[in-house]
Amino acid sequence: MDLSLKPEHKAFAEEVRAFARENLSPATREKTFSGKHYDRDDHIVWQKALGKKGWLAYTWPKKYGGPGWDVTQRFLFENVLAEEGAPRILPFGPKMVGPVIYTFGTEEQKERFLPGIRSSEVSWCQGYSEPGAGSDLANLRTRAVREGDHYIVNGQKTWTSFAHWGDWIFCLVRTNTEVKAQEGISFLLIDMKTPGVTVRPIIMTDGAHHVNDVFLDNVKVPVENLIGKENEGWTCAKFLLANERLGIAEVPSSKRGVSMLRQIARIEPQDGGTLADDPAFTAQIADIDLQVQALEMSELRVLSTMAQGGAPGPEVSTLKVRGSEIQQRIAELTMEAVGEYAQPYQPGMLFHDTNETPIGPDHAPPAAPRYFNMRKTSIYGGSTEIQKNIVSKMVLGL
Amino acid sequence: MDLSLSDEQKQLQESAERFAREKYTFDNRRKIVATERGWLPENWAQFAELGWLGMAFSEEDGGYGGGPIETMIVMEQFGKGLVLEPFLPTVVLGGGMIARAGSADQKAALLAPMIEGKKQFAFAWLERQSRYNLADVSLKATKEGNGWSLSGHKGVVYNAASADEIIVLARTAGSAREPKGLTLFVVDAKAKGLSRRDYPTQDALRASELTFDKVSVGADAVLGKVDDAFPTVEEAVDRAIVALCAEATGCMDAINAATLEYIKTRKQFGVAIGKFQVLQHRMVDCFTNAQEARSMTLMASLKIDDKDPTVRAKAASGAKVQIGKSGKFCGQSAVQMHGGMGVTDEMAVSHYFKRLTMIDLMFGNQQHHLTRYSNLAMAA
Repeated sequence: MDLSLKPEHKAFAEEVRAFARENLSPATREKTFSGKHYDRDDHIVWQKALGKKGWLAYTWPKKYGGPGWDVTQRFLFENVLAEEGAPRILPFGPKMVGPVIYTFGTEEQKERFLPGIRSSEVSWCQGYSEPGAGSDLANLRTRAVREGDHYIVNGQKTWTSFAHWGDWIFCLVRTNTEVKAQEGISFLLIDMKTPGVTVRPIIMTDGAHHVNDVFLDNVKVPVENLIGKENEGWTCAKFLLANERLGIAEVPSSKRGVSMLRQIARIEPQDGGTLADDPAFTAQIADIDLQVQALEMSELRVLSTMAQGGAPGPEVSTLKVRGSEIQQRIAELTMEAVGEYAQPYQPGMLFHDTNETPIGPDHAPPAAPRYFNMRKTSIYGGSTEIQKNIVSKMVLGL
Repeated sequence: MDLSLSDEQKQLQESAERFAREKYTFDNRRKIVATERGWLPENWAQFAELGWLGMAFSEEDGGYGGGPIETMIVMEQFGKGLVLEPFLPTVVLGGGMIARAGSADQKAALLAPMIEGKKQFAFAWLERQSRYNLADVSLKATKEGNGWSLSGHKGVVYNAASADEIIVLARTAGSAREPKGLTLFVVDAKAKGLSRRDYPTQDALRASELTFDKVSVGADAVLGKVDDAFPTVEEAVDRAIVALCAEATGCMDAINAATLEYIKTRKQFGVAIGKFQVLQHRMVDCFTNAQEARSMTLMASLKIDDKDPTVRAKAASGAKVQIGKSGKFCGQSAVQMHGGMGVTDEMAVSHYFKRLTMIDLMFGNQQHHLTRYSNLAMAA
């Protein structure tokens, strides 16, 4: 056992850092550290640069065009990029549907879809949740009926992040209504340009538009877009969710959040000094800092098991639960650090390029909206309640 | 001991409840938010007509002889409806300070028209560096002939854009953060040299940043004694805190009721999600938190008139700690139990959650008041 890095890993980290400094646009980087919302280009331009370097699909094996990195390299890659202020890689292509395609897809499907995911030429979104299928995902109703060499798809997906930027959507659809809920589901890829696909924005509590309803009205989908066998989509769905839970703990961005919080505490005035002089407040930062370390080390232990050839087990659900609580707590402490000046609502400072000066300190505008918005982390990707059910059943045998 | 409401108080509660229910449906509120002022003059006129603007003031001040319990009753219903009219800055803070410190002339010129619904106020105390320290004031007022000249900056001043008069806390003597040497001035909102930057707050109220550039006022603009405003301000803010606590209890009742309804009707896995024990217990904790919040608010409302400022301050801080804790728990739980719906702008819960969050940040958050309470309790 050894926590220290080998020289080749140190060199690798420096290579990643140099790449980020060269390729990440200063405007995008600035948005990260000022808490502004990214627009489409912030994500896509950066992802294309990563794609060109062969680093976008960084978790993929070499066989499918990934870099074939070991877990230490992946860990360093994620951390260095977070430190450098890179936007997170939108997971829908490289982390979600990509691995499903190379694990369950045909050779033709791999050839057709993987290159666009690796390069970020094609943007993906996730058609899982429905109005009646949230925590109870298997209850989904979107129906796909086979007619010749097509499926005709009808239904509604919801909470679809970045559907408004998506070229393709991967959907769970019901292909058999006669069997147990999980047994009649198929995994289908749908071109968003197909007639009958409509995207309606959902505005979140912070005023942002990230998620959408997606309506599917007699959408004609070729059968060659089916991944795996018909009615066996639940296997793909679960495989994808297990992958999602691993990355969703967002440890690198939480580490960045803690250091930004300390920076804010050093600036925020209080009683002639700064908030950094207030032990009641700095102790709360220390507490969350230690929680992040516990989470990171737990994640590293899972990754280490995977490096020995093991698969991530249901215990990764605990990482998701703690990861979301930690993100929420950092956002909460950041808002409290700003204090009274977290009250002005300044959408211009969050969503647009503007020459206006912010009301209050530069770090004030995103503080409260981020706190409100981060409540979603214990809801999406399987709510905390669902994750705890998984752990109690699958890990503890209760 | 009797903790029940009188018949008059029950009537007041009913009429405030009816106002919030009828005038502040989710859609109506949305429309009011979108108006230029962010509140409705016709509602304000109704407050005057119903006597709400004068209820907490003594009869010799032109009021109707009620007190903190009446304020609590009305604020609680305002919390249920997320009412936007500027009752807190105008009546509780502005009116409260004028009633306590104003001269007979000032009461006639300011308080009487306020009670009739013809004058509104804003209270400008906060500055960029103040955080929650009421004495951390650097806006300077210097002698200028018989009057004064004010220069400096004030921030997050609620209702400044609608107010007729701004009540400004300024430093006339003493060093930074010294409670002694502060003076209150009543400044015409249209005074020369006073400029505003207006904005909405997270919870859809209106506030402004104010810049005072040699704003001249007469000697009669001083509210109370020169250099001795701090006790007035501290008391007014304690009263405002208790009123905010009452508003928060109303928010908690409403958000808990909405969540209870949601978990009874939202079905997953073939049953209402309220059938799951993990949600049942969380809902019970929400209910308990709201009860504790109500209890502490009532206690503070009963103690806020105490002659001993320490009793008053401990009661206000104690209630604010409870409201911070309970508001956070109920707000976060409501969002969680609503699932994705809870984080959308389309559902009322997210709006209550925002208001509860902002109430915690106003006049000192949970941590600040825990420290204040602790210091007062240890000194005793």
